[in-house]
Amino acid sequence: MIEVENLTKRYGPTLAVSNISFEVRKGEILGFLGPNGAGKTTTMRIITGFLSPTEGQVRVSGFDVVEQPLEAKRRMGYLPENPPVYPDMTVNEYLSFVGRIKGVPGSELKKRIGEVSEKCAVANVSNRQIGRLSKGYRQRVGLAQALIANPDVLILDEPTAGLDPKQIIETRELIKGLAGQHTVILSTHILPEVSRTCQRVVVINQGSVVAVGAPEELISRLQGYETVLVSVQGPAPEIMGKLQAVAGVNLVEPRDATGLRVTLEIHTEKGHDVRAEIARAIVESGWDLFELKTSGMSLEDIFLKLTTRDLSEEATAPALSAAASGGAPVEK
Amino acid sequence: MRNILAIAGKELRSYFHSPIAYLVTAVYAVLCGFFFYSFTATYVVQTFRMQAMGGMGAPPMTLNDYVIRPLFEGVLSVVLLLLIPLITMRLYAEEKRSGTIELLLTSPLTDLQIILGKFLGALLLYTTMVVITFAYLSALFIYGNPDAKPLLAQALGLFLFGSALLALGMWISTFTKNQIIAAVVSFAVFLLLYVFDWVTAYSSGMMGKVFSYLAFTTHFDSFAKGVIDLRDLVYYSSVIVLGIFLTARSVQALKGRA
Repeated sequence: MIEVENLTKRYGPTLAVSNISFEVRKGEILGFLGPNGAGKTTTMRIITGFLSPTEGQVRVSGFDVVEQPLEAKRRMGYLPENPPVYPDMTVNEYLSFVGRIKGVPGSELKKRIGEVSEKCAVANVSNRQIGRLSKGYRQRVGLAQALIANPDVLILDEPTAGLDPKQIIETRELIKGLAGQHTVILSTHILPEVSRTCQRVVVINQGSVVAVGAPEELISRLQGYETVLVSVQGPAPEIMGKLQAVAGVNLVEPRDATGLRVTLEIHTEKGHDVRAEIARAIVESGWDLFELKTSGMSLEDIFLKLTTRDLSEEATAPALSAAASGGAPVEK
Repeated sequence: MRNILAIAGKELRSYFHSPIAYLVTAVYAVLCGFFFYSFTATYVVQTFRMQAMGGMGAPPMTLNDYVIRPLFEGVLSVVLLLLIPLITMRLYAEEKRSGTIELLLTSPLTDLQIILGKFLGALLLYTTMVVITFAYLSALFIYGNPDAKPLLAQALGLFLFGSALLALGMWISTFTKNQIIAAVVSFAVFLLLYVFDWVTAYSSGMMGKVFSYLAFTTHFDSFAKGVIDLRDLVYYSSVIVLGIFLTARSVQALKGRA
């Protein structure tokens, strides 16, 4: 549905996006993940035709966004980071204006406005001026605007930014409900969002794709070890030495210490449950065990791992990003 | 066409949702009204004096020559130099500041449709100002007997003069997010174009001719006299087309295509 091929964007000497390629299948929700300044917004702006690429191609429903911009734009709804609303218009006026410029036929316009207002929960403020609405409402008006022409493809740039927790959950549910009939790309730097709403993730850092896959897939692919957290009361150096000696333990790291109690993070070999040995070692040495639990690698860790990987580890990158092509080092 | 009208309607609506439209038309109405009153009052006093002195030999004073023409020649155009930037400053600057430019440029509209829509919206607001001028002048027809034909040329001249300023002002508005900057730069450019023919006072060569041709004033004078000159029509139409073309180039550059 959306094909991005070897996309590069330069702003003068700065390389904002470097040779990115990925694909989004019909009906899929794709999460576009990366730290601030990674090039998410630039990529989305190129897909929507707001910016032109320096190199590379983007096709939406088979239409090249540079060669046939009108055809491509007709099939796209776009919610930029800041909802593009006119503060002096009422919600209804605004949606009807957007509907008209997006080519919704006049006879259907009223019906469409009703539908999207209902869907995005802005029907109760339809006659209020947008400038007087809260950020959450404005965001949802922005979403309603993106949906008004019932586009095949939705591009959402940080759709939950600035919302309160309840609104975030509602917006996520709304976006999830769009899967199937719409193809969605959403960008975010908030990780739980991705694991909860997206079927597939593209991780981007410093303008390059560093990983592509389903959230669970990424976790299992990257995690070379399992983590056990223990909380013990006793002398930290000795405990660490003792635990290091347990068979199957690769690494012991202190997490934090309060008073006499220390929390340690233990990396163990994969598929090797050493919790019983650890507990025994601690208790036999006469220390007090307060807590012992396994902790899987979270998407957070993966993200940090992917986005802070230095160039010496770059050699392993191609293996991680099977579908991704972002191998080239990026100039800062 | 439907798209152009949708944009024009949006522009017009935001003019009237904000104080700008009311401010600009009110200021224009007050200034235009004052000038009109002054010229008419002077005319009345002078005709009385002429009658008292017998007025023998002198050609009769007409309303066209003593009220309408001075109004167009000089004063109204100066007022417009100041007010048109207030109309055009927001056209692109405001969209850039609020981020709505992303909505417009990602909608299935061509750049030209957006530009023409914006231009049309501003033009409709400006037209109300032209209409106000002629509402004042219509009083002359109730109490006097001026020649109506020159008024056509004057109306066309005022309309074209304003349209040319609107097109250039729109272009200048694409460069900034700040409406004040857009307004100040527009005013400076308009003023320069307005006084370009001063060059003829000290430079009689090619330079003088070129600058004099470029000046707004040179081309407004015959309209003000009530004469439609093809050269002036060509001049103003060229400025309008140029303004729209430059706006289109500038919008392209916004997308990083320059």
